[in-house]
Amino acid sequence: MATATKDGLESDIVKFISQCRKKEHPESYLIAVLHKVQEKYGYLSQDHMNEVAQRLQVPTSTVSGVATFYHFFRLRPRGKYAISVCLGTACFVKGADKVLNAFQTELGIEMGETTADGLFSLENTRCLGVCALAPVVTINDTVYSKVTANQVPELIRQVKSGKNVEG
Amino acid sequence: MKDNAMKNIELTIDNTTVSVPEGTTIMEAAETIGIKIPRLCYHPDLSLEGACRVCIVEVQGSRNYLPSCATRVQDGMKVRTNSPEIRQARRDLIELILDNHPRECQTCERDGNCELQDLAYSLGVRERLFEGKRKAHEIERSSASVIRDAEKCILCRRCVRVCSEIQGIHNLSQLYRGFDTVVAPAYEGPMAESVCINCGQCINVCPVASFLEKSSTEPVWAALADPNKHVMVQIAPSIRAAIAEGFNAPPGTPATGQTVTALRRLGFDVVFDTNFGADLTIVEEAHEFMERLKTGKNLPLLTSCSPGWIKFLEHFYPEFIPNASSCKSPMQMLSTLMKTFYAEKTGISVRDIYVVGIMPCVAKKFEIERPEHLMPDGTPYTDAVLTTRELIWMIKAYGIDFMNLPEGEFDNPLGYSTGAADIFGTTGGVMEAALRTAAEKLTGQPLAHLDFKEVRAVSGLKEASLEIAGQKINVAVANGLNNAKTILEKVKAGKKQYHLIELMACPGGCIGGGGQPYPPEGHYVLDPEVIRLRANALYTIDERKTIRKSHENPFIQTLYEEYLEKPGSHKAHEILHTSYSPREPKGIK
Ligand code: SF4
Ligand code: SF4
Ligand code: SF4
Ligand code: FES
Repeated sequence: MATATKDGLESDIVKFISQCRKKEHPESYLIAVLHKVQEKYGYLSQDHMNEVAQRLQVPTSTVSGVATFYHFFRLRPRGKYAISVCLGTACFVKGADKVLNAFQTELGIEMGETTADGLFSLENTRCLGVCALAPVVTINDTVYSKVTANQVPELIRQVKSGKNVEG
Repeated sequence: MKDNAMKNIELTIDNTTVSVPEGTTIMEAAETIGIKIPRLCYHPDLSLEGACRVCIVEVQGSRNYLPSCATRVQDGMKVRTNSPEIRQARRDLIELILDNHPRECQTCERDGNCELQDLAYSLGVRERLFEGKRKAHEIERSSASVIRDAEKCILCRRCVRVCSEIQGIHNLSQLYRGFDTVVAPAYEGPMAESVCINCGQCINVCPVASFLEKSSTEPVWAALADPNKHVMVQIAPSIRAAIAEGFNAPPGTPATGQTVTALRRLGFDVVFDTNFGADLTIVEEAHEFMERLKTGKNLPLLTSCSPGWIKFLEHFYPEFIPNASSCKSPMQMLSTLMKTFYAEKTGISVRDIYVVGIMPCVAKKFEIERPEHLMPDGTPYTDAVLTTRELIWMIKAYGIDFMNLPEGEFDNPLGYSTGAADIFGTTGGVMEAALRTAAEKLTGQPLAHLDFKEVRAVSGLKEASLEIAGQKINVAVANGLNNAKTILEKVKAGKKQYHLIELMACPGGCIGGGGQPYPPEGHYVLDPEVIRLRANALYTIDERKTIRKSHENPFIQTLYEEYLEKPGSHKAHEILHTSYSPREPKGIK
């Protein structure tokens, strides 16, 4: 029972869910469970959500309702390149929102989504504490400073051609 | 002990003093003095949503308007339900919805029968100045029974609530957020691959045209127009108790004869009665029941006429599949006989026969496509199922003055039925019909009292114990699948031996089916009062019949002599019985 099936949830999560099942309102632990799944696998796959539903005995419709409602849940694997645009105050006043817009338009995805080719995802980020370099963009572990919206297409092209960034 | 002396609250609504029990909402209190506050998301039998705010009223001392459906009365409250400002605010709310709603009334299935349209009219929306950004969704047509059109959805969540709270299916939820919000099955997946049991209650409660049955009127018109087709029709027991509502008759007006005549006018060659199939089901099922009583195996026997319940069984309780009766539903028994017995007898080629079922049910559309219900050549025994609503529409489209039609008679032999068959359409009816036959067979004596009032259940779940032939028989009747869950869990708990359980997916049984007419003026969807009146109509039809026990149907007796040999025979099994299998995705109990 507690062991993971092929591609199923791993035993620590399974164990966590069975602990929640014993509580009075197991469904109130749904968000906590989904966080654990995302932490481990990077995103919430449909198979994993189905398994959570069965193990926690919460309808799949509720699970997917919760997973699609909150920004912090990712429904597709993270892209090869995870792009974060800092939206802290310093970055924001220097036009980070326009930079974010440029990424969204250029990649055709919203915050929290991954491009269909699996290359790029756009993620939420907290202030990185390098406000002097605002606006700041990170792509995986590489930090780009003083980025403008105009530079975005070129930046994406460079990353795609394997320059500047670790895959 | 609870304090039974209910405290009354006094308040004024529109300067009229009202006294109502504590806990009453402003909306309910207003109704007691004849004021129906406009509403949209509210449904009396579902949990409070408080989402649309169309029901707002002014309460003295409160800074904002309050939703009357969700606000309880308080002593000394001064409520105003109307003022130019309140009417304007309500109008604004409706306009906001309309800004994000297709302008398709003239071509919409709910035209003339739509709560949004009604509100827009009664609140005085007469022009549309603003063109908002509209959501865009494809119509989802994967299901054999239910179509989902999210573009028209106004997010009242009545469907979500009925599917969870009454049916226990939890197939629908609200996905995404803000402008992208949509009501759909898990992962916005196709209905056909979901746990949906096709009951159609979401269609019933939807105030707009976001859920609809998959229409079969076109193929039926085509078959009727085809001179080479021998088009045969059967009508379910509950149709006769509800169809007249579609022609403005009060609920509970029986219209068996008018329906028969209307069907002939529409061009059906033969009009049979699903009731005959119901009588036959009882004879087979009573036999099955007595066999199980003898062996003690697979008890309780679970009835199998409701295809919504059967799909629920397969998704949610596959462990109970051995308990389900193997009897096909009355409709499927009758259709099978039309394409075997009747075809052989008349010499009409099966290929030329087109069978239509008029059903209160949208799950029947799914049932006829089940692989177990196909003929050896892969074509269905029932070619098309029309809901009561679809038939009403066809009768109107043809221009038939339904209520003034002379009363017609069903064709024989598959059109004759006993009173036991009529009550199949209401919750408790299958049980009562089965008991009439089983009791007589078990005791070997004619029954003194035919009415088993102890199983006439308007509520969702009823249990009874009966003494039959010195044996204590424990029975239960459940309608609405949340109640099915309750009773099946009790069976599992094993504290009591149940012998026979009747299960129907829809509230009140087939008379409350997902394909029945939208509520008539002055009533709301699933109004227990409407259900009660429809049930009364069926009980009255039953009482007026001379033969009221299925096994005494003379045409059934002949059918066994000529064709089926005896109940439970090999031939009967081949033609009248079926099987079920576990289904994915698994439901959550
Ligand atoms: S759902 Fe109602 S308001 Fe919307 S298009 Fe249809 S009839 Fe008109
Ligand atoms: S048809 Fe019944 S089970 Fe299916 S979504 Fe509608 S209410 Fe739920
Ligand atoms: S589909 Fe109908 S019932 Fe469901 S939320 Fe939308 S408008 Fe309401
Ligand atoms: S009817 Fe009261 S808030 Fe919708």
